Amino acid sequence: MTTTALKEPVRETSPGAAREPRPRTGRIRRIGLPYLLLLPALLLELLVHLVPMVIGIVMSFKELTQFYIRDWGTAPWSGLGNYKVSVDFDAPVGEALLHSFFVTVGFTLLSVALCWLIGTAAAIYMQDTFRGRGLLRALFLVPYALPVYTAVITWVFMFQHDNGLVNHVLHDQLHLTDRPSFWLIGDNSFYALLTVSVWKGWPFAFLIVMAGLQNIPKELYEAAALDGAGIWQQVRRITLPSLRPVNQVLVLVLFLWTFNDFNTPYVLFGKAAPESADLISVHIYQASFVTWNFGTGSAMSVLLLLFLLVVTGVYLLFTSRGRRAADA
Amino acid sequence: MRSIRAAAVGAVTMSLALAATACGGGSSSGSGSNDSPKTLTYWASNQGASISVDKKVLQPELDKFERRTGIKVKLEVVPWSDLLNRILTATTSGQGPDVLNIGNTWSASLQATGALQPWDAKNFGKIGGRDRFVDSALGSTGAEGKDPAAVPLYSMAYALYYNKKIFADAGIGKPPATWDELVADGRKIKAKGKSVLGAEGANVSENIHHVFVFAKQHGADFFTADGKPDFTNPKVVEAIKAYVDLMAKDKVIPTGDAEYAQNQSVSDFAKGKQAMLLWQTAASNLKSQGMSEDDYGVAPVPVRSGTPGTGAQTNSMVAGINIAVFRNSHNLDGAAKFVKFMTSDEEQKILNKAYTTIPPVKAALQDPAFSDPATVVLKQTLATSAAALPQVAAESQFETAVGTAVKELFADAAAGRAVTTDSVKAELEKAQQQMPAA
Repeated sequence: MTTTALKEPVRETSPGAAREPRPRTGRIRRIGLPYLLLLPALLLELLVHLVPMVIGIVMSFKELTQFYIRDWGTAPWSGLGNYKVSVDFDAPVGEALLHSFFVTVGFTLLSVALCWLIGTAAAIYMQDTFRGRGLLRALFLVPYALPVYTAVITWVFMFQHDNGLVNHVLHDQLHLTDRPSFWLIGDNSFYALLTVSVWKGWPFAFLIVMAGLQNIPKELYEAAALDGAGIWQQVRRITLPSLRPVNQVLVLVLFLWTFNDFNTPYVLFGKAAPESADLISVHIYQASFVTWNFGTGSAMSVLLLLFLLVVTGVYLLFTSRGRRAADA
Repeated sequence: MRSIRAAAVGAVTMSLALAATACGGGSSSGSGSNDSPKTLTYWASNQGASISVDKKVLQPELDKFERRTGIKVKLEVVPWSDLLNRILTATTSGQGPDVLNIGNTWSASLQATGALQPWDAKNFGKIGGRDRFVDSALGSTGAEGKDPAAVPLYSMAYALYYNKKIFADAGIGKPPATWDELVADGRKIKAKGKSVLGAEGANVSENIHHVFVFAKQHGADFFTADGKPDFTNPKVVEAIKAYVDLMAKDKVIPTGDAEYAQNQSVSDFAKGKQAMLLWQTAASNLKSQGMSEDDYGVAPVPVRSGTPGTGAQTNSMVAGINIAVFRNSHNLDGAAKFVKFMTSDEEQKILNKAYTTIPPVKAALQDPAFSDPATVVLKQTLATSAAALPQVAAESQFETAVGTAVKELFADAAAGRAVTTDSVKAELEKAQQQMPAA
């Protein structure tokens, strides 16, 4: 919105100014200046993001195995070979990728939903002033502020089979399980991963929703209260609709971060993730770094990129259409 | 406005999506030179109990090298979990160390990348000739028929470490020589409330080292004679099942070990919780964890029957560390001097003593320091009953694929699921399908 406000005066003043010769250079200068200022950022963006991306895409069309990595310009072109291997779901590589994809989708949906739910609930509760609110707010943000590695390695210790805190509480103290469970190998690893992901992700949702809540005028609630609306109705009729734009961005960002999360599963499980928690980022890492086939790894990355682009595009299309309808 | 924002979000998405996965890099066809003759960068592998221990061991020697040659060596000790990735990255970018340590089983894989300087007769001449090195160690330096990609630096072998006190308490007179004896002894040990045998079930490399020996003992090979993966061979399946059965059926490996990957089994042994450990040259590691040399005995790794030897009597891999020169080094002459220094008789004695490893250099091996009972067991194993892991280009991939399969099988066993011939075969089939088609 601010960009609209900034652009407007330029458009209004420029036609009039253009008629006189002297200010013409001024006009060019005025138009050129923003681009000049943007140039360093643009160059860096090219260097840091676009160039590696293009290289990655080029690599995906090459047969880049261990025999060529030293001088990968000489690697033979493989056309769509790497893609064919990746999406041939009857063959093992494609099948494993598809499995990993489904695991990731399930994991991401659950994680985003839980992060959003917990974050929003906590933010709404934190709206009322009470003693210790500041302390709690700070405390809630700790998982977000901790370095990922430190946080996840702590979870690794807690999830240990023999001496871990989780088993100590669940098994030794609460007697919920017949015998200590394995959390870092086997089927439970999915829940372990989900737990850490939600623990790490919800403070961000909390922070964003909390900021969004500050923008909702108090009068709305007062009026609603006068009309006899209960807390639940206030949340449903005022809070959530007012948070809509915030939530749209929040859910998208959470989705992208979670879907692409590499650090959490990598620190939690190491190079060989258990099948039930075989997230796609680690899977691709394994396909390239562990089997030394960077061509296939790149092809999978490009496919992942396309998928995320489509999801994001569709999401933006639907949410902006919804907003346009709401605006009208 | 909206389309701009959509485009912006799209761009951000693309960045996010590829930031995690795209690996940049430049091609690097350039070869080495002698442009910077006064410095060397050396990547050492983590041999001691910790990285700081390694620095303490190596730095005085590097200083000695600098005094003699005027070449300053910049040391970086790289943890095992990172070393192979770092080497791969260095290979891709052409920016790497001058001299580096590699796990000897990676030799053939790294050789195939062309990142390491081949040790032909001329290069071997610079360090005193090929004859100075022990044959078994030279067998793990690259594919057969090619010039080695590296030279041996430290040799190691697996042995059975056993806790003398637990054995005495359980009334066991001598360490088990066969797997049947080990399982039988296990019952006595469990009756005393101790766990029997340690394993690192989630450590892919450890798994490979053990199943390789089990395969040998079952007369199986993971690769056919012409270098093709052959993981689903019934004998391989049988061998891997036998190893996992130590947990699943024989119950000598505790189920908790299925998730061990950070040498927790060594700690369990050092703390006296566990009676036995199959490990490569564990002495310095055990010492740093506070276990006295008098408290444990060292015996050869069990075989199926009879005594250790070659073929089906194999009871260890040829473990060890090789030292290599990075082909893109800017100080090739200095690198050769450094390798000569590190493999000199004098340094071999000092370093192998510090790490309780075995010198792969014949002259150093004669030193009386390497004749204590524990070292003799390892020396004997290396000389008579150790075999080199397959020296094929796809070795690293094999380690990961099969090692992961064994990890999954241990996870099944730990969860109480049956480990059957079929389930083992299914895991191995998956592993084989991940292998490069070549």
